[in-house]
Amino acid sequence: MKPGWFLRFAAICGYALLLAPAVLVFVISFSAGDFLNFPPPGFSLRWYAALIDNGQLMTALRNSALLALAVASIALVVGMPAAYAIARLEFPGRGALAGFLVAPLLLPTLVLGLALLLALQPARLAATWPGLMLAHAMVAVPFAVRIMTTAFGGVPKDLEEAAWTLGATRFQAALRVTLPLAAPGAIAAGALCFLVSFDETVISLFLVGPRLSTLPVEMFRYAESRTDPLVAALAMTLIGVALAVVLLVERLVGFTRAVGRN
Amino acid sequence: MIGLLLCLPAALILAAGFVWPVLLLGRISFNRTNDMGAMEQAWTLETYARIVTDDFTWDLALNTITLSAGAAAAAVALALPVTLLIRSAPPRWRGLLALMAVAPLLVSGTARVVGWMAILGDQGMINAVLTGLGITSDPVRLINNLTGVRIGLTESLMPYCCLVLIAGMSRLDSRLEEAAATLGATRSRTFLRVTLPLAAPALAAAFALAFVLGVSAFITPRLMGGGRVFVVATEIFDLALETVDWPAASALAMLLLGTLIVAMVLRGVLSGRGAAR
Repeated sequence: MKPGWFLRFAAICGYALLLAPAVLVFVISFSAGDFLNFPPPGFSLRWYAALIDNGQLMTALRNSALLALAVASIALVVGMPAAYAIARLEFPGRGALAGFLVAPLLLPTLVLGLALLLALQPARLAATWPGLMLAHAMVAVPFAVRIMTTAFGGVPKDLEEAAWTLGATRFQAALRVTLPLAAPGAIAAGALCFLVSFDETVISLFLVGPRLSTLPVEMFRYAESRTDPLVAALAMTLIGVALAVVLLVERLVGFTRAVGRN
Repeated sequence: MIGLLLCLPAALILAAGFVWPVLLLGRISFNRTNDMGAMEQAWTLETYARIVTDDFTWDLALNTITLSAGAAAAAVALALPVTLLIRSAPPRWRGLLALMAVAPLLVSGTARVVGWMAILGDQGMINAVLTGLGITSDPVRLINNLTGVRIGLTESLMPYCCLVLIAGMSRLDSRLEEAAATLGATRSRTFLRVTLPLAAPALAAAFALAFVLGVSAFITPRLMGGGRVFVVATEIFDLALETVDWPAASALAMLLLGTLIVAMVLRGVLSGRGAAR
């Protein structure tokens, strides 16, 4: 049925609300002015230049990128075997384990962040690389397990059985037949885990310190205290990284296909 | 057995970073804070009693619930026309329209708040239009107060509502609406008597998800409230990191979790009864 004018109008209002902030961040990041005002008094790249000159923020950007790479690797390394087992093998407690491995997503990140602070601070692991890697893994591993379970489930079991008949061991068949066929899923899972860690703010806020901080936390603190377009340039950097990762995966495997199969 | 072995690394990491911390959170909520503000090991309900008897807690709880219920309702109300538009669009547009509806999920919450500052601030877009048209001479305060949090929270919950509604309503048979139109129903009558009842379960699911996410939202209330809007989430954060009263932060977090669990169970019971009917 064709939508009436009221429905169209309401939908446009909805889209405006959804997209306005990102559009404004884009425009303001090129502002030549000193404040987050609209319309900007002129356009320039001065705030991007200021961002590159800001040592603290550049360190945080490097930290976030390294952390996200490490977290995505950990999530794939521990998530793939688990996903293979859940998708392919019969063993006692399979359903319970499958539920357990995605359980951290059910907890509000605020509560998870607090719990991690209480556990990591006494162990002197707060604001350290291992501490942040463990913390971010809690939101990345569930995604890796879920996406990889779908990916392994999508590979026909016959192929692996054919490899057995031809003399491959179960391990060889899994490694040489099923894993390569599930590679698009692994790329998508890795990219999603990278983004989840790269954008993670709330858990990090509990765990960072002067020694080690991440870009979203620095952006949060900046937005809390000051209102110049530097924070918009910073926000655009985060959006740019997210877009680049999504486009890269789209080029490699087709994001919508890889994620959308479940 | 090999299956269990393959799950072991992931399970161990979750045990260290999820199970142990959450157990510790529960344990610490039974500790006490002494007069010096230091934590003492104990098994006591003192901290819970202190929180529950404090009127401020109830103000916070009421603020949090009304705020997130309002934002969730607004988010569902705006996500519904978006979903209906996607549903009625030609197939080749559907993917793009759906992507635009959930794209904000890829943009970090803080980045979107920065966008709202440029829209709602005293020198932002809306105030520029209002003063430019001569409607107001002084800027209208739209951010760093409850209004700002309401707007920001609604926007941040909308993509989730869209996801739930798109999934839930794709199963609806659009021929039923066409039949209603054929039988002479007006557009609004078809919507009220056919589309809305069919969409009700999806709308309820979207509201429930948005409400739960809204209750535990932290970034939007803290940044768009400008430190002047207090909800349970901001209080937990302040107790943990500003006051450093870990037992109180833990107890409040446990109460929040308990409330969310009760809300989910209640919703399960209600929707179960609805399905049985």
